[in-house]
Amino acid sequence: MSSPDGTAPPDRPDGTASDETEPKIEDLVHEDAGPTPQFGGLASEHAEHEAAQQPAEVMTESGVEAAGTKATTETGGKLELGPVGHLGDRLFGGLARGSGGLVVLIVAFVGIFLLALAIPALIDDKSSFLFSRIWEPGGDEPRFGIAALFYTTVISSIIAMLIAVPIAIGVALFVTYYAPKRLAAPVAHAVDLLAAVPSIIYGLWGILFFAPILRPVINGLSSALGWIPLFEKPPGDNVGVVFTASVVLAIMILPVVTAISREIFAQTPISHREGALALGATRWEMIRLSVLPYGRSGVVSASMLGLGRALGETVAVLIILSVPNGNDPWNSSIFAGGETFASKIANNAAEFDSPEKTGAYIAAGLVLFVVTFLVNSAARIIVDRSTPGAKRPRRNRRAGAATEGASA
Amino acid sequence: MTAVAENKPAYDGKVLDLTGKSGARAFKNTLATVLIVLAFAVAMIPLLWILFTVVSKGYHLLLSADWWSQSQRGITVRRAGGGAYHAIMGTLIMALITAVIAVPIAILGAVYLVEYGKGTRAAKAVSFMIDILTGVPSIVAALFVYAVWITVFGFNRVGFAVSLSLVLLMLPVVLRSTEEMLKLVPDELREASYALGVPKWKTILKVVVPTAFGGIITGVMLGLARVMGETAPLLILVGYSKNINLNPFDGFMGALPTMINQDRTELALPNAADRVWAAALTLILLVLALNLLARLVARFSTIKSK
Repeated sequence: MSSPDGTAPPDRPDGTASDETEPKIEDLVHEDAGPTPQFGGLASEHAEHEAAQQPAEVMTESGVEAAGTKATTETGGKLELGPVGHLGDRLFGGLARGSGGLVVLIVAFVGIFLLALAIPALIDDKSSFLFSRIWEPGGDEPRFGIAALFYTTVISSIIAMLIAVPIAIGVALFVTYYAPKRLAAPVAHAVDLLAAVPSIIYGLWGILFFAPILRPVINGLSSALGWIPLFEKPPGDNVGVVFTASVVLAIMILPVVTAISREIFAQTPISHREGALALGATRWEMIRLSVLPYGRSGVVSASMLGLGRALGETVAVLIILSVPNGNDPWNSSIFAGGETFASKIANNAAEFDSPEKTGAYIAAGLVLFVVTFLVNSAARIIVDRSTPGAKRPRRNRRAGAATEGASA
Repeated sequence: MTAVAENKPAYDGKVLDLTGKSGARAFKNTLATVLIVLAFAVAMIPLLWILFTVVSKGYHLLLSADWWSQSQRGITVRRAGGGAYHAIMGTLIMALITAVIAVPIAILGAVYLVEYGKGTRAAKAVSFMIDILTGVPSIVAALFVYAVWITVFGFNRVGFAVSLSLVLLMLPVVLRSTEEMLKLVPDELREASYALGVPKWKTILKVVVPTAFGGIITGVMLGLARVMGETAPLLILVGYSKNINLNPFDGFMGALPTMINQDRTELALPNAADRVWAAALTLILLVLALNLLARLVARFSTIKSK
């Protein structure tokens, strides 16, 4: 029975955190800890708030004696500062709440500012912003639309997701249930390292080294499926095509999808797994019957997050995709060049000279923001609405880990 | 154990069929094993390939002392020589400013989610917004800062603007990892502290955060590693300068990603190509060093806790 223990991210202090701080508590509880606190109900999360209030009472009522004896020890100082605690709590709590509120404000501001600067340009736009494929901002008659950008962005990201997700599931299963225990952690780290490679390096590597070996694949696919417009081979021999960008994007989102799937798979309750095995299931059947159903919604939301990442990826796509010549007819094939929202904006950063032009690019950025917002919200909602098996019961998991350890 | 009972997977009425021919089942099992191992191999190829490419093409420039101490001042694209000091310093300065702004907000935000707001509707809203912020593409963050910093306030394109946009990218990473760590701090510790009459804020500062400290540092380093490799904000919010500029509030600034970007269209020239790969290797080394350091800190802190 391979246990997922070795595969948990190493930055997690596991259940051993309590051991670490035990000495501290012993210091605190040294002599006489005062009255026995009635924290029986604290195991549930909701008692947390009462807990915030209770200590103050404890202090004032019968903790005085304890405080007196503690004055000689180093913890005494803390207790003497008790009355100030109310101010401290207000200040610190206020800061914490303020930081939480700031996050909400930032996201709101991103939307508001982008919208505010995009609206004037959108009003001046002489063509349909949503359905036009022309991009000629600036001048007396600005004409720009996002249809082509939207298409390339979405198609490249979806292909990336379709390639990355099965591989990510495979890697996650390999790390959690197949790899020898000693190998699992290094393997997990190695996959994480993929996320550490800067995207500009993916771009360089992709266009210089990876695109040439993809060319036979592209030729094969286009000759077999060329009758579908999506796979049509355009004239000319072009390496910087949407498909190449998609494959590189797939490599880039692989660690994201893998990391989340891995974590979810590792959480499958051991009773489910052992139950399946006890019924005579093979390892694959065990995974199909217990691990995959348990992790399904986690994998779906991981895929959505990967999709969101791919939608917004800038530099790698910018380097790989060849910008179509303005005179060429628009081509829907994934074996043609193109531009995504992000690559368009980054490519034309030098053009931000007039508010009208800038507004057009900001409008494109706003659409990208909205699309990633929707995708990420969907990921979140899928997690929230999923079957109970796929929720992530953190507290319970700790309890479960403890019992697992005890039974082992 | 009640926890486990709650988490029954949905079998959606399918009956567990383990009665098939064992040969077919064994074959399926083997096939799955092969596919899964294959998936792992496929995932490893790009990593090794990229690392090999960058190291083999970039290492020789890194061996010279000039690389670490000189800028590209006066070096044209065809010429060799000069170094990456300006770009390394630019990257480090911008990352440092980002961390100084983002880390306190992130830690306090995590404290709010775990200690103050848990279960409340406001905390759920904040948590949702963090998820959204996590998904904000770097180019959108850069455009937002462009809109505020340059279009609205009329400031120039400077390194500090890049840092501001990187804050948006680093904040959710650090906040989430800190939140996870704070959640792992056992309630018994908090209760013991409360039982002694220690106020809540002091419990958080002296018991909860120190217990989770290793994990928080790990999160900060991973966040730094993420923002250091970002290129899009650099393209939009600061110009590339070949000279040494250590002032984030004035003038263009070199950075490793833009140094790569600068010469990437001239890869046919051997000297330019050398520079590009050497800069790429330097950037990877920086990011990898941060990643490894983060893991080391994580390991160190867990060992200490035993």
